[in-house]
Amino acid sequence: MSGLILASAGATAVLGLIAASRAVDPGFEMHGWMLFAAAVVAVFAIIRFRDSVIVDARAPEVGGVPNYNNAIIRVGVIASTFWGVVGFLVGLTIALQLAYPALNFDLPWTNFGRLRPLHTSAVIFAFGGTVLITTSFHVVQRTCRARLAGLWAPWFVLWGYQLFIVLAATGYVFGVTQSKEYAEPEWYIDLWLTIVWVTYLLVFLFTLAKRREPHIYVANWFFLAFIATVAMLHLVNNLSVPANIYGSKSYSLFAGVQDALTEWWYAHNAVGFFLTAGFLGIMYYFVPKQADRPIYSYRLSIIHFWSLIFIYIWAGPHHLHYTALPDWAQTLGMTFSIMLWMPSWGGMINGLMTLRGAWDKLRTDPILRMLVISVAFYGMSTFEGPLMSIKAVNALSHYTDWTIGHVHSGALGWVGFVSFGALYFLAPVAWGRKQLYSLRLVSLHFWVATLGIVLYISAMWVSGILQGLMWRAYDKLGFLEYSFAETVAAMHPFYIIRAGGGALYVFGALIMAYNIWMTALGRVRNEKPMGIEAAPALRAAI
Amino acid sequence: MTYENISHFAQTWGLIYFMAIFACVLIYALRPKSRAKFDDAARIPFRED
Repeated sequence: MSGLILASAGATAVLGLIAASRAVDPGFEMHGWMLFAAAVVAVFAIIRFRDSVIVDARAPEVGGVPNYNNAIIRVGVIASTFWGVVGFLVGLTIALQLAYPALNFDLPWTNFGRLRPLHTSAVIFAFGGTVLITTSFHVVQRTCRARLAGLWAPWFVLWGYQLFIVLAATGYVFGVTQSKEYAEPEWYIDLWLTIVWVTYLLVFLFTLAKRREPHIYVANWFFLAFIATVAMLHLVNNLSVPANIYGSKSYSLFAGVQDALTEWWYAHNAVGFFLTAGFLGIMYYFVPKQADRPIYSYRLSIIHFWSLIFIYIWAGPHHLHYTALPDWAQTLGMTFSIMLWMPSWGGMINGLMTLRGAWDKLRTDPILRMLVISVAFYGMSTFEGPLMSIKAVNALSHYTDWTIGHVHSGALGWVGFVSFGALYFLAPVAWGRKQLYSLRLVSLHFWVATLGIVLYISAMWVSGILQGLMWRAYDKLGFLEYSFAETVAAMHPFYIIRAGGGALYVFGALIMAYNIWMTALGRVRNEKPMGIEAAPALRAAI
Repeated sequence: MTYENISHFAQTWGLIYFMAIFACVLIYALRPKSRAKFDDAARIPFRED
């Protein structure tokens, strides 16, 4: 088996060399060399780790529990934390560029247009995607009581996905993009991701197949829906014809409004299945684990799952209100978006009510606090989303900063916090430590990041509504009241506040990186336990 | 097969198909017989480690 894997890595290196030597544009040549370098590293890694990978997988049990693959969780936790810090830093950079355009430096590689997809891909796909791969690999093993399927396949998924991220990110900076939002990577990077993703699906399915638990736990349903649907979305939206087999440029199979609809069907379901279904898988495992009590209603979780899956896939057209898209299709998108209120709030109630009778834990457990506030943000942003999909509201909110604020209450509040909670949970488990380095630092991270989110979203609400109102203001004679440049000037103070909120969020992520690093080293910080100052009168009485 | 045929089919049989599947989900989730099974399933995360 290792021989076959080694041969594939060697063949990939040759493919990289051919691509680099025949390339018709510099971007493609650069990526050819990168594929070659990655394959050569893979060859050496396979030779170096061949024995340990085979030996590690041999024992059926370790210390009375199934021989879980924890090594891949450790790598995943480190990679997730790294991409989180990188993605947030790029976000802070472009927030500052919007407030102070001089920071574009008048260079093609550093201008907002190229750094913006770098930010969105780094946070959604690099940070979010690596968190999802890591947590799904952990959860599927633990809830199936079986080791992750495959010797090399899980490692190929994790590292192959990292290569996808690096290819995509370097492509954006050097101008390789197919200009589809959240689907910017060009055709050959899409093909690479397809190989990685199909392997991911197979690893997940084969692990489910060897489970020792008769029922498949609901978190795995959400993960499986995420993996399968993302595969479908990715394949359809990226159907394109390369202009040259040795070049980076390609043309989409679709044109005009069909292309737009396919794109927003894809992009909205990237939100629905990548950023919602996948992270709900995290919620359904880590909230009960951290609260130490089962989910409030398992039946509600089943209804939550099926209604979410049924409804989400139709909501995409709300991104194309008042465009060339037929009116009935816009209304369909709006209607399904509003129907999403039901599964969203059903899921939120299910997560929050898991704490019934245990709310006091929020005082002493900042990790649980992080998970619970993330569910609250899930409820808030999934209330706001359908509201904004209503045509009359959308007429005001679309193309303004309100959309940016909405996305970030979901991304920073829901996706970010549920990921941080999961990473704090995983670090001691993956390295076999009794506890985290410091709970006080988790609490500090919680408050710093929460303050950052509040600054971010309130600044964007004010700026977005201001912007929308200024655009639609007419004077007595029917002329537009404001020029475009006047609306830009009006938003300047809010852009500064937003960058301040972003800086706090980055600072919080750095605190987390330090905490996880120290936990990996096995250190424990000498500190007062959490909650001890909460009731001084009570303590005096004792 | 015209556009009108397809949209008519989707708006009638498609609706019935979706409602039927969703009704099956509700029955599967809510029938009293499976209460014990789902209470047990909710404890899966606590059985290991």
